[in-house]
Amino acid sequence: MHVTRGFTGRPRVPNAALPPGQYDAGDDWPVLSAEVTPELTPQEWTFRVDGLVERPRTWTWEQAHALPASAYEGDIHCVTSWSKFGVRFGGVSLDAFLDVVRPHGSATHVVAYAHTGYTTNLPLADVTGGRAWIAWEYDGRPLAPEHGGPARLIVPHLYFWKSAKWIAGLRLLDHDEPGFWESNGYHPRGNPWEEQRYSGD
Amino acid sequence: MTETLGTTSSFTPPTRFAVPGRISVDDRAASVWQTATITGIRRETPRVATFRLSVPAWPGHLPGQHLMVRLRAQDGYVAQRHYSIASAPDDTGHIELTLDHVDGGEVSGWFHTVAEPGDTVEVRGPVSGFFAWPGDRPALLLGAGSGVVPLMSMVRHHRARRSDVPLRLLVSARSPEELIYASEYGSETTPVFTRSAPAGVPVGRMSAAHVAPLLAERPPGGWEAYVCGSNGFAEHASRLLVAAGQPVDRIRIERFG
Repeated sequence: MHVTRGFTGRPRVPNAALPPGQYDAGDDWPVLSAEVTPELTPQEWTFRVDGLVERPRTWTWEQAHALPASAYEGDIHCVTSWSKFGVRFGGVSLDAFLDVVRPHGSATHVVAYAHTGYTTNLPLADVTGGRAWIAWEYDGRPLAPEHGGPARLIVPHLYFWKSAKWIAGLRLLDHDEPGFWESNGYHPRGNPWEEQRYSGD
Repeated sequence: MTETLGTTSSFTPPTRFAVPGRISVDDRAASVWQTATITGIRRETPRVATFRLSVPAWPGHLPGQHLMVRLRAQDGYVAQRHYSIASAPDDTGHIELTLDHVDGGEVSGWFHTVAEPGDTVEVRGPVSGFFAWPGDRPALLLGAGSGVVPLMSMVRHHRARRSDVPLRLLVSARSPEELIYASEYGSETTPVFTRSAPAGVPVGRMSAAHVAPLLAERPPGGWEAYVCGSNGFAEHASRLLVAAGQPVDRIRIERFG
């Protein structure tokens, strides 16, 4: 093991909730989108689920809000090494949308895409079973545009680039298809607990 | 009704992607840690210095790419950060990083207060091809503070190749003393000072008056715009570009965080 001369680092605060190689960003919430923040109003926002499903469907803002409310309270982890503890996102569980469209048994993966055209790929199992949300509130307030408002995907158990901002839809596929960062050298799954940052990790 | 989309054809989002990747990345290079030796330290401003690293097995990079640096304490504690590469691609077996001394920053603090030539750190990369500029298309670069670092790699690359591809840099700094690489800029660069400026130079934020004349140059094929800095700067600068007519799908943004 290579030890860096004279490096001591931050005081060690034992924190079992911190994945390997991450640090606690505290109150900071860095913004890391690669594209121009879109000017997208709730009235313009739509969310579609299609691909390998029985009933492809598009929801408007009002229609999505008619689904049962669900919140995520917990931690988020960014591949650039910061983690943020005790965040609260309000919206709807992705399960509620998938229950309506009824995925085929052959569906194994999804591509999530944004109104900007950003894409990210996920195994279907990572966005079902209460592990993913469409969120429009942060800490009880409307989600800010630079953080993905009016609505974004939240998949908090994976690195946060998977939680596509300005979410426009999901397409269900029977194979994995790399999204934007995944085509730029990042890991196909991005599990922070296994430190899957880059392809090959 | 059943859709059978996506079983064979590649998925294309309904919106043209804002920023398609520029280059493919060598996954092996990105996943292998190697030892880098500090061979020189050069002060740029009171809070910023450049660290020259010897990386014998460096696989090469393109301007705009970054790498990951890892420091390890005696007890095994590890800290790692992404940093943009400041140097142009060359065959010297060296790369340069230009680092802000961040308040309370455990990694930048080590570089600024402990590191000496001869010290070693671990690096891996280069990573991420999206902000890379291969030198092929006209480049309009907007940076603030240490956000100028990956842009300077592009300027240096442009010079080293004696390229005639149009390239312009707008760089914002609080004052002349805080302008990184101040002595290196040429006619391609317009500095913007937000707090204090040399005599005769206006003080103020980057504005439409800076951006409009550059967009008016309309190089063949149009500009590829690269924006780097804090999120506040990135939001401001990207809005200026859009307002001046730059297509959103030809603006790439690298935000600190």
